[in-house]
Amino acid sequence: MKADPTGVLTGAHYLDGDYACGEGAMAAGCRFVAGYPITPSTEVVERIARRFPTIGGTFIQMEDELASMAAVVGASWTGTKSMTVTSGPGFSLMMENIGLAAMMETPCVVVDVQRGGPSTGLPTMVGQSDVMQARWGSHGDYEVIVLCPQSPQEAFDLTIEAFNLSEIYRVPVLLLLDECVGHMTEKVVIPEAQEISVEPRRLTSKPPEEFEPYRLNGKPVPEFARAGDGYRFHTTGLTHDERGYPVMSVECQETCVRRLVDKIRDNADEIVRFEEHDTEDAEVVVVAFGITARVARLAVETARQRGIRVGFLRLIALWPFPEKRIHELAGSVGSFLVVEINYGQMVLEVERCAAGRARVSGLFHGGGGVHDPEAIVEAIVEAAS
Amino acid sequence: MSSSSVADSGVGTVTGGPGEQKPIVCSEECLLRAGNTNCGGCGMSVGLTMLGRALAEAGETCSLVIPACCGIVTAGGFPTTAYNVPVVASTFASSPAFATGVASVRDINDESGQVICWAGDGGTYDIGLATLSAAAERNENLIYICYDNEIYGNTGGQRSSATPPGARTTTTPGGKSEGKKDIMGMMAAHGVPYAATLSIAHPEDFARKLATALSMDGLRFFLMHSPCPTGWKSEPQDSVALVRLAVASGLFPLYEVWDGIRYELNAEPDWTDPGEYFRRQRRFPPGQIDTDATLRECRRRFERLRSRSRESRGATV
Repeated sequence: MKADPTGVLTGAHYLDGDYACGEGAMAAGCRFVAGYPITPSTEVVERIARRFPTIGGTFIQMEDELASMAAVVGASWTGTKSMTVTSGPGFSLMMENIGLAAMMETPCVVVDVQRGGPSTGLPTMVGQSDVMQARWGSHGDYEVIVLCPQSPQEAFDLTIEAFNLSEIYRVPVLLLLDECVGHMTEKVVIPEAQEISVEPRRLTSKPPEEFEPYRLNGKPVPEFARAGDGYRFHTTGLTHDERGYPVMSVECQETCVRRLVDKIRDNADEIVRFEEHDTEDAEVVVVAFGITARVARLAVETARQRGIRVGFLRLIALWPFPEKRIHELAGSVGSFLVVEINYGQMVLEVERCAAGRARVSGLFHGGGGVHDPEAIVEAIVEAAS
Repeated sequence: MSSSSVADSGVGTVTGGPGEQKPIVCSEECLLRAGNTNCGGCGMSVGLTMLGRALAEAGETCSLVIPACCGIVTAGGFPTTAYNVPVVASTFASSPAFATGVASVRDINDESGQVICWAGDGGTYDIGLATLSAAAERNENLIYICYDNEIYGNTGGQRSSATPPGARTTTTPGGKSEGKKDIMGMMAAHGVPYAATLSIAHPEDFARKLATALSMDGLRFFLMHSPCPTGWKSEPQDSVALVRLAVASGLFPLYEVWDGIRYELNAEPDWTDPGEYFRRQRRFPPGQIDTDATLRECRRRFERLRSRSRESRGATV
């Protein structure tokens, strides 16, 4: 279906990534946001706090991040598209409820504007060190989808995408901005509402007496019944059967948790998002994401001009990871160079998928700034030799 | 009990706080050193200076436990560190829990020195409330001072549950619709040995209460009204006048509670029209605060405190 024009601020704007993310949420149909102040993410909810009264949404500043994430899960169970926004320390506090959302199969979006960590770290400065936490941060086995924009325009576009994927797969979708993308101001074009595709909640057509909240009915994810629509149901973080009731058994654990994992793994080809440049003849492929992709792209172009056969792969979805493509490329290129603002996180995934078929090296930065493009060029030269 | 009028205000009276006025100095020897980067007119900075003086007068040392708030930004970066005492920066939700660990080991080792949590209203009323409540329930041997500037100042001015009704913040652009939590009532309900409110416009009362707390054990809680020109959209030179108006109009009563039972009122408001208090802060949209209703509510709350004070006086006579 097409976006509700009420939330779509059509036109060309000059916005920072945080504001663009807020606009993306409103365009996607998000009408409930719960959040707690934390730098460098607060501008997202400040934008929403100003705009929601004019479009009929509810913003609540909660008492902490545990409550923010919990309120989002609660709101989503009414069928309302819901989102929370945070940064490093708050992201850590949200983890238990993100796991609950995954276990209950709750569509929702969590935005983490990454700053330098660990702990309080560098509240006002860039980092990209939450990428593994986004994937593995809550306990137990589950899968989520993680998207990573490189510009304010993409922050707008991918926020809509995040809502759509969360509805299709009934899963929390995490949007990892970084402080640079969140605070950089660029042109953002917001299209007409009829040009924006949004996924509605997949409501059940069954009558209340026949409805079972986790029965698949031949689809990859169960249909949804909204709280308050007269359906009597039970949803829980305990291991549960198709009726939603807790069942403490090996068999139920296998059915319940296996499906949470498989619904993403089996559809990974549909979900993975990346872009490639100049990989056809490449000896070296540079892998980067977020703000680092923009810095690395410059370095790749510079190295090309100096005669090095270097290609570029930008991760748009971090998770699921494009493991098939990395494995394929590993058969044709000599090496990968992973550039990221952390001390080596996504490089581990590239190593895993290259499986020894290509060399893998990393160029890391602890945070607080971006890489020097010339340092990336030097690393490319070294990787090519 | 003696009573003296507040010298330069002409409003309100403060009881129980006579004594020689000493100049507040800020030197290398002070808890808060000179040259820090805090905003002009920052009430928290004045409070830290007064805390430093109270400790010096009592011959006490302290360690500060500070969660995320302006108070931890105050520390600054080496070599311009503003605090002259050991400081532990805790996570946002956890200063009372962190201080529990510090104070417990101090007591086990029979060491001296106060353990003092210095936290803003966000870290007290909101995210830190659970750990504060638990520390109060266990009656941990620590001092907790909430400097209440009624806003998340450190992140640029969002509402907290201490923000007064009507105030505009970046997350309540039309003015806050909810009231302010009664944190003193909550601490009194925990039955902590001592809870008191502090105003930097009443320094003698402020100093006397700190001295009281420094002479006893157990959980001692302070709520300090802390003007914030940046968040309140007020003029820095108005800070002391504003919190004095808050006491005079009954918006911020000065009182003490012992064991959650015995109440003592420290200043009698003269019920000054709070209109000026609101007008001098641009966070309040002009003309949208019902000052008559505010005054009525202040009187109602003050009379409730007065009746508790009378009851407790009867109980202790």
